[in-house]
Amino acid sequence: MNEEIIIAGFGGQGVLLMGKIMAYAAMMQNLEVSWMPSYGPEMRGGTANVTVVISSERISSPIVNSYDTAILLNQQSLDKFENSVKTEGILLYDPNGISRHPERKDIRIFQVSAASEAAKMLTTKTFNMIVLGAYLKINSLISLENVIKGIGDSLPERHHHLIPVNIEAVKRGMEIVKKINS
Amino acid sequence: MEKENLRLDEIIREENIVFHKTSLLTDKVFSYCPGCGHGVVHRVIMEIIEELGIQSDTIGISPVGCSVFAYDFMNIDMQQAAHGRAPAVATGIKRCWPEKYVFTYQGDGDLAAIGTSETIHACNRGENIAIFFINNGIYGMTGGQMAPTTLSGMKSSTTPYGRDTMLMGNPIKMTELVATLPGTYFVTRQAVHTALYVRKFKKAARMAFENQKLKKGLSFIEVVSNCNSGWKMSPLQANRWMEENMLAFYPPGDIKINGELIKKT
Amino acid sequence: MADIKLMKGNEAFAEAAIRAGCDAYFGYPITPQSEVLEYLTAQEPHKRTGMIVLQAESEIAAINMVYGAAGTGKRVMTSSSGPGISLKQEGISYMAGSELPCLILNVMRGGPGLGTIQPSQSDYFQATRGGGHGDYYTPVLAPASVQEMADFVRLGFELAFKYRNPVVILSDGIIGQMMEKVELFPQQPRAVEFDQSWVTTGKTPDRERNIITSVDLDSARQERHNQDLQKKYQNMREHEVRFESINCDDADYIFIAFGSASRICQKSVKIAREKGIKVGLLRPVTLFPFPAKEIKKLSKQVKGMLCVELNAGQMIEDVRLAVENNTLVALHNRMGGMVPTPEEVYHALLQKFSIE
Repeated sequence: MNEEIIIAGFGGQGVLLMGKIMAYAAMMQNLEVSWMPSYGPEMRGGTANVTVVISSERISSPIVNSYDTAILLNQQSLDKFENSVKTEGILLYDPNGISRHPERKDIRIFQVSAASEAAKMLTTKTFNMIVLGAYLKINSLISLENVIKGIGDSLPERHHHLIPVNIEAVKRGMEIVKKINS
Repeated sequence: MEKENLRLDEIIREENIVFHKTSLLTDKVFSYCPGCGHGVVHRVIMEIIEELGIQSDTIGISPVGCSVFAYDFMNIDMQQAAHGRAPAVATGIKRCWPEKYVFTYQGDGDLAAIGTSETIHACNRGENIAIFFINNGIYGMTGGQMAPTTLSGMKSSTTPYGRDTMLMGNPIKMTELVATLPGTYFVTRQAVHTALYVRKFKKAARMAFENQKLKKGLSFIEVVSNCNSGWKMSPLQANRWMEENMLAFYPPGDIKINGELIKKT
Repeated sequence: MADIKLMKGNEAFAEAAIRAGCDAYFGYPITPQSEVLEYLTAQEPHKRTGMIVLQAESEIAAINMVYGAAGTGKRVMTSSSGPGISLKQEGISYMAGSELPCLILNVMRGGPGLGTIQPSQSDYFQATRGGGHGDYYTPVLAPASVQEMADFVRLGFELAFKYRNPVVILSDGIIGQMMEKVELFPQQPRAVEFDQSWVTTGKTPDRERNIITSVDLDSARQERHNQDLQKKYQNMREHEVRFESINCDDADYIFIAFGSASRICQKSVKIAREKGIKVGLLRPVTLFPFPAKEIKKLSKQVKGMLCVELNAGQMIEDVRLAVENNTLVALHNRMGGMVPTPEEVYHALLQKFSIE
């Protein structure tokens, strides 16, 4: 088993943390993991992406140029990475703010309206957890239980009161994700 | 008349001794020019360490400059620092041995030019160390070039027509500068060209070591000295010129005591 | 139970420093290694082990604090990236000259000048040729995983004290920034009793004063000192070579790469083997001393060697010296923060050696 994932979006969307929780949960399942962020001078509003590799074997390269799963959370990322998804691979995106939607026919495309759902939950900070929930629904590789552990261990002590709302968000994501091509 | 017949070992007796060399100075002959202040400053610092009985707890740092080989003369554990870096080296030692006494010994080129940053930040952090700053207004070891402390109009091998402050900037008063930092606890300017000045300097040097026990900050002692070779003068002329010119611009006296500014800077 | 964590390379390095019983760290922020100082200050190691952590006013000050602290015989370290490491070279040269142990981490980014904050391996020459002024070497360890970022702290201190010499850990932005699973070694106590025969503690009546210095104007003595240093480096060459070889036994072609580039090549090896091309990987773990003997041995059995580097081709010079024209040596490289993909490296192999 070898799953190569890219998550890309704006800085501040929680892209890096989402990847970290995925890697953490996979690690709890005794899988090998690597988490390689893009890092740059941009903080909020800049572009951010992270490559997560989950494997049953020792991971060779943490940097890859084609992905089993691409989670793309703004137009720029969609334009940049749509063609990097392997044939039969998965593309998950949030249609909010997207004018040019993915067009490939040889991959499986999923939508999660995480931004509007997060607004409904009255805290936009749950955005990334809703997306994560969508991924969990699509790919059963990592379990909800381990993701919940990952949330608990990744959030600093001062944010622990936010754990329940984040778990709620993951579950919402699992419910609202939808496949948009056959 | 019978005195003339005394042998040397009859003269050298305990009761006749009015001065003895501290055991903390080695027997190596000073490499400093006759009339230079380094020898006196070395001796006074070693005397203080001997009198306080802290040889086994004291670490000194020698700089780059004429006193680079200070460890040849001082019979204590020492580390030689890169040019200007002594306050950083002292910080590293003191943080590892917080109960020991640590001092740097630096010249004006070392402390006030290349090492300005290390000096200011060690002072600002309030490292519990002592800095001895020997200011003779010139780079002695490299052959008498202009230092940051060279006086306006003063000649050096790189200001052969005198320091033109319009071109080369003004002489810097490091002592007044560091006195304004909250991390300094004791800041003073001294000299060692007369017995009276030496006695005052010794008092200040003692305070610099005693202060380290209080852990209240850094002690900074400037000693205005001469460089008769670099200034191209006889020792006597140099001291006279120093009194008239150097001490006029760099006035001796305490600037900060027990963390309180006592003199306007 | 094993202590397994998901950590960034920089964080693993910092945690390992606390656990290795490091006495003091002096640093200055620079991307992509700032997590070292951030992690250490957040951990408050003075409460955990008594370890001292201080943010200096510059890299120059930091390395000179290390120099002073190393003179007390304690386990001390610093970390930085390219531009900061350049500033530290003066201090590293002083430590080599006065034979002080310490650990220096370089999380490499691209240069020259301010260059880029993206990963690179362009400080290979600087690290393996001493780096500062004067004739000296430092052992250079090149971690290729987060696990090695932790493990090499312990190994680095071991080498530093064995040879009384600075040791460089040459990492890069990929290894420093990536997270992986890491098994942390248990907490070791800081050394209470250690060899104080040569260190600055304050002179006691039972011994001569200890002087830590690199200066000696007597040319005959300075030459003898240099000869002694060279003997020490020769000793390192004979005893400290470390490397990892993957699929080299039956290989027709070999990748030679260190650090993050070696991780990419591991995947290229897989790709090539799936296509039926017998490819192996030789990963130097110590860059000084360099595994020249092993490379020479392999050069007699293979058709070609491809050096893969994130620089203009620096390690390849050492490979060519080792190979002595026994086989073809080619280079595939990227610069300026660009990182080759495994497929790209595989295609470079096909092209450089005209493999059908």
